[in-house]
Amino acid sequence: MITVPVAFARNVVSLVAAAVLVVLAASAARAEVKIQEVISSSGVHAWLVEDYSVPIVSIRFAFRGGSTQDPAGKEGLANLMTGLFDEGAGELDSDAFQLLLDDAGAEMSFSASPDAVYGAMRMLADQQNEGFELLKLAVQLPRFDPAAVGRIRGQIVAGIEASAMDPSTKAQTAWREAFYGEHPYARADEGTAETLATITPEDLKQFHARTFARGNLVVGVVGAIDAETLKRRLDEVFGPLPAEPTLTPVAPADPRFAQEINVEADLPQTTLQLAWPGIERDDPQFFAAYLMNHILGGGSFSSRLFDEVREKRGLTYGISSGLMNRDRASALVIATSTRADRAAETLKIIRDEVAKMAAEGPTQAELDLAKTYVTGAYAINNLDSSGAIARTLVELQLDGLGIDYIDRRGALIDAVTLDDVKAAAKRLLSSDPAVMVLGPAMAAGTAK
Amino acid sequence: MPRTSIRRLAGAAAVALLLVGATVAGAEEVKQEPVTSFTLDNGLEVVVIPDHRAPVVTQMLWYKVGGSDEEPGKSGIAHFFEHLMFKGTTNAKPGEFSRRVAEIGGQENAFTSNDYTGYYQQVSPDALHDIMRYEADRMRNLILTDDVIIPERNVILEERASRVDSDPGSILGEEIDATLYQNHPYGTPVIGWRHEIEKLNRKDATDFYDRYYAPNNAVLVIAGDVDADTVKKMTEDTYARVPKGPPLPPRVRPAEPEQNTARTVTLKDPRVGVPSFQKKWLVPSYTSAQREGLDGEPEALDLLSEILGGGIRSRLYQELVVKQGIASSAGAYYQGTALDGTDITFYGSPRGGATLADVEKAVDAEIEKVISSGVTQDELDRARNRFLRSLIFARDSQSGMARIYGSTLTTGGTIRDIDEWPERVKKVTTQDVQNVARKYLSPDRAVTGYLLPAGGNAG
Repeated sequence: MITVPVAFARNVVSLVAAAVLVVLAASAARAEVKIQEVISSSGVHAWLVEDYSVPIVSIRFAFRGGSTQDPAGKEGLANLMTGLFDEGAGELDSDAFQLLLDDAGAEMSFSASPDAVYGAMRMLADQQNEGFELLKLAVQLPRFDPAAVGRIRGQIVAGIEASAMDPSTKAQTAWREAFYGEHPYARADEGTAETLATITPEDLKQFHARTFARGNLVVGVVGAIDAETLKRRLDEVFGPLPAEPTLTPVAPADPRFAQEINVEADLPQTTLQLAWPGIERDDPQFFAAYLMNHILGGGSFSSRLFDEVREKRGLTYGISSGLMNRDRASALVIATSTRADRAAETLKIIRDEVAKMAAEGPTQAELDLAKTYVTGAYAINNLDSSGAIARTLVELQLDGLGIDYIDRRGALIDAVTLDDVKAAAKRLLSSDPAVMVLGPAMAAGTAK
Repeated sequence: MPRTSIRRLAGAAAVALLLVGATVAGAEEVKQEPVTSFTLDNGLEVVVIPDHRAPVVTQMLWYKVGGSDEEPGKSGIAHFFEHLMFKGTTNAKPGEFSRRVAEIGGQENAFTSNDYTGYYQQVSPDALHDIMRYEADRMRNLILTDDVIIPERNVILEERASRVDSDPGSILGEEIDATLYQNHPYGTPVIGWRHEIEKLNRKDATDFYDRYYAPNNAVLVIAGDVDADTVKKMTEDTYARVPKGPPLPPRVRPAEPEQNTARTVTLKDPRVGVPSFQKKWLVPSYTSAQREGLDGEPEALDLLSEILGGGIRSRLYQELVVKQGIASSAGAYYQGTALDGTDITFYGSPRGGATLADVEKAVDAEIEKVISSGVTQDELDRARNRFLRSLIFARDSQSGMARIYGSTLTTGGTIRDIDEWPERVKKVTTQDVQNVARKYLSPDRAVTGYLLPAGGNAG
């Protein structure tokens, strides 16, 4: 784009909220996606959606573990590892590997979250032999050559230094440490310059060996490939991995609510972030809480918070709430950025809306509307491209929701009553939240 | 930085027809319905892109007006007006359209650029007719009162604070463009200058609406689980009923004068931890090249930016990041989909003990190497293959396809341009790539922007 890329009217991405993994609860719809379970001869499980309308194959997978597995003092190990899978594998050095990947027309990517390491490849159907061969090498035999390790580490450190002076980075760090305390979730995924400096190629090899196993692997595949072919591919790519990983157990995080975190900075806007207790994905009241959150601030523009803070008063460009679910922590998080001189007013409106929701819950009409939205939006949000479908297949498996979940989801939502939602509102929103204020100093006591 | 330009994906639908049948390995026959288009009596151009993989359909209504069509002193009105389109009409209460979309689980949004403004929804096909009715309704029947305008203007000032004032890179970007474009409105930010946004009022909005929002200034793109005949029928009691507006004057903006100087723009900001730079030159767009008889140059520029700076196999990345180890990032991008002449950008940031000056010097050296020695046939073939493959991947995204057609048709291009793009890319030679580098990338005419930590310097 030539100057300002495209100014979206209604997209809402808050700086701080973006740092939190907001899980859009997977949900069902008319989605006519037919999922097959495929089990290879070496016992690798995958979910497959066959689709020949576009000649591409998308594979996504995840190894449970992630950056919580970084040893103390070696923070950033998982993240650094994910930068090195296209930097040489097997007999191929970095240059040779990348040239073959380019020849194959395949796109490969890896990333780390606190709870898992994710991988993905998208390839043309008629060049899948070459694509899967390179994926096999990357998954099984990454080289972690010292030169590549040094270079990728240097790039990560440059990224850390580039954002280190940004008050929002400082605020995110302060938030994580105050909210999670001593738990591994308090650490930065990318580590620090100091911890990265201690990581050796040998550390990377050991980390890979203990976290890449068949026992903590889930796989989703979409596109022009049949089940029999996929079984062979799964054996090639994942078959030789160890049966079980060696993971360090991660304790429940027990986040600290009822606290204030103030990060004073001379900024044009004040950023507010508030967190209340969340709800586990397998809790019977999950959908009641999910619908309640949607009504409060989850709807992209028709929520109570959006109406009160943006539409009626013009105090912000974006405000949203979301259920954050990690393996060992959950929360309901509200985030917004607002003009600094009216931050106290914005904060009061948020608190009032939350208190009102906790005391009275939503109306039947709001619940009905939320149900039709949450039911209908599933296909559009989760199934509109082969990459999105593959991602959904992986998430459903990580959440342990079952292969029939998409079919069952509509009924689960229908079954939620107004009383259920009121109870969920009371349960989540009755206690004191954690509140972070980033921006110019507010008048004392206004965060209350 | 955008790795894949829209234009690069432009031929998606067409090329799919050429490539797909032959390449699906052992799969059943792929039937790809063609993209069709027709024009209503009131001048509305309609494009239908069938995609039956999921029960989802995307409606995108594009207006041929953007930030660069604004009157002097009214910067931001195109984008401000985009927000106002979500208010009520004589037939629909404020927020009713949005509630309707939400009620059925749909998604919606809107966007404004220099050259176009677009509105879109994604819904299930049985709701398409309904949302076409709402979209056609707000083309002419909006109610604009100060009650809705004043709070929305505050929202936009907060949007500007979030997007620009909170981000040193964006602040610098605005002022680099204002320096690069000495006369053309591409130098004015789409979101608008704050002091001008603050003064936008109801009359500005109404004037803008009446001048630009009419079927004969719009393109409707429908992509998804629907066919052209059904769409045509659905337009009969929706868009077809909107009266044709007065003819619009040609979109002639003030042209750039000859550029004779190298200019630098520097921002020092305490929020910046590591310095970076970017260097820009004016170059033709796909549309301006056609107008000025510069055929083939945009395709060559697309390939030049891919070879020099498109990702980890590019010269800049391999030389600066991998071999010399002086940069944490380095690359280039060119956005050729524009109504008027556009720009090409090179950028980089140091790592380790290297300085910003080291990185800039190395980028300059790589550009100079292309100017003096050209690119290899192998480099050209690889870059070209990446472009052609991306067309197949593009077909995986319904809204992405709609954007390719909408952005091309609202920036002076045609469906035929989209269809022919792959063939034109295939014709580009190594000499063509060297020629555009030599012609446009003169150090004496570059605008260089430096983003520095407080107290830092570009040396």
